[in-house]
Amino acid sequence: MNFQALFEPKTMAVIGVSLKNERHPGNVIFNKNFHRYPLKVFPVNPQGGVLQGEAVFTHLSEIPEKVDLAVIAVRAEQVANVIADCIQAGVGGATVISGGFAEINRKDLQDHIVAVAEEANFPFIGPNCLGIYSPSRVDTFFLPSERMVKPDPGNVAMISQSGGVLVDQMVKFADEGVGLSLAVSIGNKAMIRELDLLYYLEKDPETRVIAFYLEGFGKNEGREFVIAAGQCAKPVIVLKAGKSPGGSRAVSSHTASLAGDYQTFSAVLSQFGVVEAKNEVELISFCESLSTYNRSIEGQIGIVTGSGGHGALAVDVCADHGLSVPILSEKVQKELRGNLSPSVRAIASVGNPIDLTGSAVDDDFVAATTSLSKAPEIDCIIALLLPYAPGITMDLGARLSQVYQRQKKPLVAYVPHVDKYRMLTEGLEFNRIPVSPSIEGAVLMAEAMRRCQPC
Amino acid sequence: MLRKEIRAIVSASSQQGWVLEPEAKRLLSLAGLGVPKYTWTTDVEEALQFAEQVGYPVVAKVVSPEILHKSDQGGVVTGIDSDEKVSATFARFSQLLGFAGVLVEEMLSGVELIVGAKIDYQFGPVIVLGMGGTGVEIYRDTTLRMAPLEERHVKAMVKDLKAHQLLEGYRGSEPVNLAELTRMMITFSQLVMEIESLIDSIDLNPVICSENKCVVADARILLKVA
Repeated sequence: MNFQALFEPKTMAVIGVSLKNERHPGNVIFNKNFHRYPLKVFPVNPQGGVLQGEAVFTHLSEIPEKVDLAVIAVRAEQVANVIADCIQAGVGGATVISGGFAEINRKDLQDHIVAVAEEANFPFIGPNCLGIYSPSRVDTFFLPSERMVKPDPGNVAMISQSGGVLVDQMVKFADEGVGLSLAVSIGNKAMIRELDLLYYLEKDPETRVIAFYLEGFGKNEGREFVIAAGQCAKPVIVLKAGKSPGGSRAVSSHTASLAGDYQTFSAVLSQFGVVEAKNEVELISFCESLSTYNRSIEGQIGIVTGSGGHGALAVDVCADHGLSVPILSEKVQKELRGNLSPSVRAIASVGNPIDLTGSAVDDDFVAATTSLSKAPEIDCIIALLLPYAPGITMDLGARLSQVYQRQKKPLVAYVPHVDKYRMLTEGLEFNRIPVSPSIEGAVLMAEAMRRCQPC
Repeated sequence: MLRKEIRAIVSASSQQGWVLEPEAKRLLSLAGLGVPKYTWTTDVEEALQFAEQVGYPVVAKVVSPEILHKSDQGGVVTGIDSDEKVSATFARFSQLLGFAGVLVEEMLSGVELIVGAKIDYQFGPVIVLGMGGTGVEIYRDTTLRMAPLEERHVKAMVKDLKAHQLLEGYRGSEPVNLAELTRMMITFSQLVMEIESLIDSIDLNPVICSENKCVVADARILLKVA
């Protein structure tokens, strides 16, 4: 199946716009694409009329151009006919926004639309979904533009069974400066499933990290998915809902009890090098980290900070996550100390964590980070940056990113999430150094690299 | 390539939904897994003869289509060290519901493991390895992989266990034969892939591993509900 028409459409029909209800999903989708996206949009309603000054087509077949993408927002019973019309008109693919299928026990209706589409090899997303958000190209989410928070275009693709989770996740991506290449809400995933999109995204040049929010797989579908994800050259991250055992199903073997649904899911994912995010916080940190650092590490962390307490807390979190913080060799320690400014040299701790103290200036952080980058016993650096100290300037972010550019040793940072330090954070993030607003988050960014085998 | 005899054992058990232990042992043995020397008999004299032949102590277990969890019903006695005890155990077991004989086995020593299989709805056959025995669901020191297993999987599974040092030789004890354990796990995984469509789950618990060998001391094969 060719998904290009779905994700890079030049023309789009919105089938089922309303002439009476401005808040109808079809109208919201028509409006936002008509005003804000570089594609041609055609409204369709059998009654005709005018919408936003544009003529409403009474039927798909009247549209004078070939339609790439059809957004279907009609009642469930009518969807099969509309799909047949799309096939007839040579439309490239569809997203079916409409609900009223398997989620309300109308699997029969759902099976019917799949049968119609499959016969013609016609790809559709959904039903019962928000569909596609492809930055700067198209947006089929029926949420008014002013209500959405959109991350910058970037290289993380996110596929979600839940539209709500996806939209909320986008807010968090935007907050943390994680850019998106594509977001797809697949709803009931009647035809296009996670696996299909994994294959597509593996080849998509704009995507470097593929993230999924999953509720569950069909019979043996998980097996196919992990085998494909294990062979995928890009990091695959999964957040799974439904970790607690469902109900009190009687289990008569020890094995069935020990290998519960979630235990199995989690163990099999890690067997195939798929990075499982346990919660939303982990998902964001993992995406941010792996979108920059497409590699795996052993997990030998060097920590540099201006606060001994932050260093100690970070060591604890590293230990919890199976990362080690090895003491630096005499040689590295000596060289590191020698490169510090005279007033800091006398009072800094340089064993690891490296505490440059509150007297440190930007140059000390640059010197310490450079030494850690050259130390063979370290494969990732966590910089805990506290701009409260008087010697730290807003330039430090951009300067540390230069250290990474020269040395190429993965570097992640913690900077307090305070608006007045934004320039420091942006100095890092705009130069593709991942930043977290918490120590835990920074450690998770390092952990992502340790857990990602195919990187 | 489902071996005929294995299929015959499974289909003979399909009515009760699980395979009686002696039949399970025969099935595993056909597949190439090690099982203890055993006899399955309703005649106490035969049991005594067997005990004499393999030497005391022995283990006795009740065989009954009504008893899936034998320990819970007092249907397992280990460390039987005399003819009198064999006879007494035999007499007691014969009163249990659905009595279909006694399984008398040589008694083995070593580290007790659980090796299991489950046909997962989303992922198909998965294989479990863990510290075994009756406390398996209390300690829950287990790990699992999707089948089929390769050698590297088994190595990683052993490392996953919190108690892995007990397998690798701890405080002067001999390490278990990891090569045998690996061979056993891979053979088991192949068997599970073959009979995937017929089974629901399998417990081999305990599998007793010593420095020489790994032997399936007890086996429960639950069949797929038709």
